[in-house]
Amino acid sequence: MMRTKLISELKPRREITPSITGAKMMTGNVAAAWAARLAEVDYIPAYPITPQTEIVETLSQWIALGEMNAKLTFLDSEHSMLTAAGTSSLAGARVFTATSSQGLLYGFEMLYNIAGWRAPIVLVNVSRAVAAPITLEPDHNDFLSTRDTGFILLQTETCQEVLDLILLAYRVSEDHRVLLPSIVNLDGFHLSFTREPVKLPDVEEVRSFLARYNPPYPFRAGKPSAKGVAVLRPPLYSFYKYQMHLSSLNAIKVFKEACDDFEAYFARRYDVVEKYMVDDAEYVFVMMGSFTSIGKKAVKMMREEGLSVGLLKLRMVRPFPTQDIRRALEGKKAVAVIDQNISPGLGGTLFAEVSSTLYNVEKKPKVILPVIGAIGGKTLSVDEFRYIVELMMKYEQRGEPEPILLFREDELREVESLLKLGVGE
Amino acid sequence: MSRTWFSTLKDLLGEDYVEPGTPLCAGCGAIIALRLFHKALGGRVVWVNAAGCITLLIVYPFTPLKSSWMYTAMASAPAGAQGIRDALDILIEKERIPVEEDLKVVVVTGDGAASDIGLQSTSGAIHRGLDFYYLCYDNEAFGNTGFQYSAATPYGSRTATSPPTPLIPEGYRGRKKDLFEIWRAHKPPYVATVSPSHPMDMIRKIEKAEKYKGPKLFISISPCPPGWIIETMDTVKLAKLAVETGIWPLKEAVYGEVHHTYIPRRLKPVEEYLKIQGRFKHLFYPVRRDDVIAKIQREIEEYWRIVYDKELGKEDSGLT
Repeated sequence: MMRTKLISELKPRREITPSITGAKMMTGNVAAAWAARLAEVDYIPAYPITPQTEIVETLSQWIALGEMNAKLTFLDSEHSMLTAAGTSSLAGARVFTATSSQGLLYGFEMLYNIAGWRAPIVLVNVSRAVAAPITLEPDHNDFLSTRDTGFILLQTETCQEVLDLILLAYRVSEDHRVLLPSIVNLDGFHLSFTREPVKLPDVEEVRSFLARYNPPYPFRAGKPSAKGVAVLRPPLYSFYKYQMHLSSLNAIKVFKEACDDFEAYFARRYDVVEKYMVDDAEYVFVMMGSFTSIGKKAVKMMREEGLSVGLLKLRMVRPFPTQDIRRALEGKKAVAVIDQNISPGLGGTLFAEVSSTLYNVEKKPKVILPVIGAIGGKTLSVDEFRYIVELMMKYEQRGEPEPILLFREDELREVESLLKLGVGE
Repeated sequence: MSRTWFSTLKDLLGEDYVEPGTPLCAGCGAIIALRLFHKALGGRVVWVNAAGCITLLIVYPFTPLKSSWMYTAMASAPAGAQGIRDALDILIEKERIPVEEDLKVVVVTGDGAASDIGLQSTSGAIHRGLDFYYLCYDNEAFGNTGFQYSAATPYGSRTATSPPTPLIPEGYRGRKKDLFEIWRAHKPPYVATVSPSHPMDMIRKIEKAEKYKGPKLFISISPCPPGWIIETMDTVKLAKLAVETGIWPLKEAVYGEVHHTYIPRRLKPVEEYLKIQGRFKHLFYPVRRDDVIAKIQREIEEYWRIVYDKELGKEDSGLT
């Protein structure tokens, strides 16, 4: 874990990481820890869970060595961890914490509270599919379950993005036009335990990009305040929730401003969505997370074969970047939304959200194809992207698309042989 | 930190940090404990609350407190206290705020939150040695939701979920969970039971606890007029009877070492305490349940026999 190597020694493929001089190899978890260190967070309430644990291990080590000046407390559960995260933020600390899957769900009640308290913490979620059946492998059900909490939700594709989006998350969350917490999501295993080249920004530059948190009404002896109090008049509750909603919408503009600034400081460009060969494409995949790298590879290969395909990656999930999605997808022949989550009885969460976003667009795509794939650690192959394009073309000709549940022949054979063992035949 | 020394009851008339006019029920025992607590601790306090009656002390935009307040959730007030304590510590250490801005962190919850749903976060906070106070106002049921039985409900009590019926004539059949012993097993610097009927006992305990850094825990009996079905003017009388009948022992434990701060010379019969409460009415009417009353009395006597042996010596037993 601690062994790092300059990427210049590794001769990487230029097309994947075009500018990597001075980068270090590190896992997504270590990149997340570095972001907390560079953001000079004051407080880290923690609790271990796979595949997130390496983050709090790394931070524990730095603090124990005196390399990082922050207080880290291991709590008794994620529920307690998130409670402490929220209240410490209200006392004026910059707070970082991390969890995964079951841990996120165990502390779920507090997510709504932290957002309602307007406590701008940054929570890293390392995606892991939710039990039962229990597994360690990733998908996005844990992350997307938080979509109504009031958190700003950001999803990463690479280890570099993990580091960068955490820094951006603090900028956006702590902005008084927003003042809402953020979740930065990275896919378990594919990012958490995979080493990639990551450029570490200079600490002075980060300090300049990310000013110290200025809490509006922190707990102080000289200035008593009451927080989290009951509102028993129904219009008051609505008022506060509407405020949260409008502040969340502000986060789109604030994020874009911060991205401009980020580019000026660190020469990397981000936006709420990322368009990969989308502008002139007729058929577009919509997805997010580490598997977009596979999608981009498939798009590139199909482009070389003359197919007019592209990929729209969602980086921001809350607030939902409605206008950016509409602009990117209007006039397309067909769109396939690849969900790495499943809402049993409906299908994919992103499919529902992208479809409703496009409904009122005049030149909306003829077909929006719902695809469920890569849940619980199942992978996606380039062949599957080809298959999805074939289906987009087919349904564009005639009628209603059926929801697609991706399952390859080799996977089916593996399941069949395991089932045989399981039932003792 | 400026502090006042309370030597007599008169000294308690000084500054009050709870203004009159709270939304709590008339005769609420919890507010008496909270008010006394606040006098002893002074004004530089942040209360950290879990769901319960006291949550309604502050309903936006009004607060009767001159101090700070943080409502968390039912299960995790001690974790909320941990967050505030840790944040203040690190911000003072980094010299981002002056020491004068520091606050005493005090958790206040009912017996419902303290006895099971919040036990994990409480145990965690004690185990971590968190420097905080915990005031549990024990009204022996989930009072705020309409008096359902909690883990702190005593044997024989009527609650909304343990109604006495011909099938279950005694009402609640369970036993009161011993929160004092659960806390004591963690060996925190200070654990005590207190009663609003014995304000000087309470104040002295708080003053004593202040000398210790770490978890300092107080359980106050909290008579509840609507739940216990008593007159609002009888709150203190009931609390006093609880102490004098021995059903609510006043004690403390310093690093686990127990000492009773008030030992009744002669225990009043528990019947005196039970019969003026509507929640125990079924033990007297329409049929007197001597078996149930005797069982409650026996348990109290068994408890005190051990205390007398340990702390007074057998010859000075208050048992007849």
